[in-house]
Amino acid sequence: MSADNGARSALDDARGILERVFAPDAVKVFAMFAGIWLLFIWFGTQLGYADHFIFALVRRVTFLSAVYALAVLALNIQWGYAGLFNIGVAGFMAVGAYSVAMLSGSPGGTPPGLGLPLPIGILGGVLAATAIGLVAALPALRLKADYLAIVTVAISEIIRLTFNSPAFADVTGGASGFDNLPTNPVRTLLLTEPGSIISEPTAIGQTIFSFTAEYGLQRLTVLNTVYTLGTLAVLLGVYLLLERAGKSPFGRVLKAIREDEVAARSLGKDTQNFKVRAFALGCGLMGLAGILWYAMGPRASVVPVNFRPPLTFYIFIALIIGGSGSNTGSILGGALFASLLFEAPPRVATIIGNRYEIAADPANLVQALAPIVEGELMPLAGFLLNNIDTLRFIGMGVLLVVLVQRRPEGLLGARKETASAVSLAEDTRPGTAPERTTAAADGGEVDE
Amino acid sequence: MERTNALDHGVRYARDNPGVAVVAAFAALLLLDLLFKLVGVSIGPLTVAGTDLGPLGGEMPLTRVFGYTWDGVVIGLVIGLASIGLSLTYSILNFANFAHGDYITAGAFSGWAATYIVAGLGGLLPILETAVNALTGIGQRSITDTDMVSLVLLQTPPATAGANVWLSPIAVILGLVVAVGLTIVMALVLDRVVYKPMRGADGISLLIASIGVAFAIRYLVALVFGNSRRIVTSTDKLPEFTVVGTRINAHEVTLVVVAVALMLGMHVLLQRTKLGKAMRAMADNRDLARVTGIPTEHVIRTTWILGAGLTGAAGFLLVLSQSGLGFTTGWRLLLLIFAAVIMGGIGSIYGAIAGGLLIGLASRVSLVWLQGDFSSFADPAAFALMILVLLFRPSGIFGGVKTA
Repeated sequence: MSADNGARSALDDARGILERVFAPDAVKVFAMFAGIWLLFIWFGTQLGYADHFIFALVRRVTFLSAVYALAVLALNIQWGYAGLFNIGVAGFMAVGAYSVAMLSGSPGGTPPGLGLPLPIGILGGVLAATAIGLVAALPALRLKADYLAIVTVAISEIIRLTFNSPAFADVTGGASGFDNLPTNPVRTLLLTEPGSIISEPTAIGQTIFSFTAEYGLQRLTVLNTVYTLGTLAVLLGVYLLLERAGKSPFGRVLKAIREDEVAARSLGKDTQNFKVRAFALGCGLMGLAGILWYAMGPRASVVPVNFRPPLTFYIFIALIIGGSGSNTGSILGGALFASLLFEAPPRVATIIGNRYEIAADPANLVQALAPIVEGELMPLAGFLLNNIDTLRFIGMGVLLVVLVQRRPEGLLGARKETASAVSLAEDTRPGTAPERTTAAADGGEVDE
Repeated sequence: MERTNALDHGVRYARDNPGVAVVAAFAALLLLDLLFKLVGVSIGPLTVAGTDLGPLGGEMPLTRVFGYTWDGVVIGLVIGLASIGLSLTYSILNFANFAHGDYITAGAFSGWAATYIVAGLGGLLPILETAVNALTGIGQRSITDTDMVSLVLLQTPPATAGANVWLSPIAVILGLVVAVGLTIVMALVLDRVVYKPMRGADGISLLIASIGVAFAIRYLVALVFGNSRRIVTSTDKLPEFTVVGTRINAHEVTLVVVAVALMLGMHVLLQRTKLGKAMRAMADNRDLARVTGIPTEHVIRTTWILGAGLTGAAGFLLVLSQSGLGFTTGWRLLLLIFAAVIMGGIGSIYGAIAGGLLIGLASRVSLVWLQGDFSSFADPAAFALMILVLLFRPSGIFGGVKTA
């Protein structure tokens, strides 16, 4: 009995310690990234990859996690904070990516760019996405939430089809996309001739390349790694900015609008104005995410098919996983979606296929199911493994339904972020005795 | 006197609603341009602020305009049929169903799989004969070895299968019935599994759930039927006739007849039966309806049955006239359907039909103005029309009169 009690209290202690260790958001995010990295390193060893391939795999997953997290953070400003249901994310990302390509692409290529310096191009891309967001928001925000959803998805399709149209092909590149992308800033930083990967490195490049050469990393991997680190730095910057904004008067009004718009308005806040600003800010950040994701770096390809509505839905699923309303949750959700739901399934399928030597490759579901009657499960297994991409999307759909039904608040969305600048649990009024704090706190709402 | 009053009224209205005035002026300009085009007059080229807008008017033979109009009516009826279903579920269950497009896809695939089996095996008679033979031993097995798998999966070439309303009308009718039936079953199962547990939830949660459902259906279809787009119907020996220079084939005529018949049936059902009245009451105020003793769950089930049935039929008919079918066929149509529902006013089935026709016409007749490279803006034009309606008349062009 007492031994049992002792074990239980030890367990409680352990849990208490664990909870305290994981309480800071930085620890949560680091633990998650470490988990993802370990998982993919394990995948790499199971697949028999050489070390530098494993490194490249981890780099790839990290990059995707970072850009997803960035887009999810942008959406969180709109939906999580201001309650604006924007499902045109892909369109605003397209505006950002295309604007950078058009502003900073070299004037000599096809389609010709303006050849402006890259920082100006990036600024222009973010501003363009903000501006389009403003144009969309001013009238659209008067609408009911589900009308806003339909209008935003229509706007994103109009944007994509405009970029896709042959009518403006000499400006946008039409259906084949904008080929003449600006030079990757990492190449400019590390190489004397950014166009050629074997050219003489710059002073910084020399230091980095000589360091990485010891580990047998190729130059391309190094360039991509530096770019990924840069993206992580931008992610951190945007996160800190949004955390700061969330605690500012601006963010507190947004949270108040989300909780009860009528109440916020009755307190004299021009809620429409705040919603428009939140929408524009979110759209600008979506533009930034689009730029870092598609306009340069390891996945650079500015093609209309990249910006179809499913991209928006991926970002939404990621936000719901993380919990809308929480910036840390957005990062967790984006990274978990990109790694576990997007990148992991094909690797797992290959590992299972290798482990159990599943070679069967039926052409369709009927041929896969028919042998089950004879007790043959291999054809079905082979079929499912070969169609892992399709299964992955079915799984995402099912996951979305289950999340909305069972845990609509996601991982961290349940965490109450009060709209007050000071902690409501503390009594800050002068002249009250310490023992009366509980009674005083009753006057205000006690934090859950 | 009367006239000046009307003019005054118009001017005042335009001053009060500048947005509407701009839209109306633009529409008038387009109409004028169409008239000029038909007559063959061309004024211009016009230049505004240094940009060349091309000439007003130009050449546009009447036959071409009629061709676009006919295409618009055909696609408009399909959109209208599917919009009724979306409009019903939108008003009664109170959420925008983003999986609606994929109901269309599911209906089209299941219906055409049935048509392929029946037509590919040579019609109903041999199938019955073989079944009787297998059960009782009387008669003969008239079905020889046919590749059933590629028939079910729609991989047999359409001409070989005889997927054609003229060559195998019974197969097509059966296919339509199967499309309706399976879509209804699917909708009811999904309602039970997904939407019923969250009946009281807000519209946005249901909308998000429906996005999940859409993903699941779409890729389930892709898993079974493969993800390549295919041509499903054949126009082999299909009768066709020419009206004002436009070829109209039997498939399009079938589509128009069936669609109009289904819409009329819907009208009778909603106006003449108690069920229709209950549905209208529920769309108006669900709590009041429940207090009044209307069995809301029963009405919801009926809503899904009617809506999904019409949607399945729309999917089947869409493929009958357009012939192409892939796992994203319905999804691509979804925004146009939303546009139709919103134009007609959510909850109104007549609005949905009219909205469907309008959106169908807008997406095809806009080709009169969007020529050459600009023809890719036909769909964006329809979306833009929808956004305009939402901004200036969110209750729909018929003023939000709830009829169903």
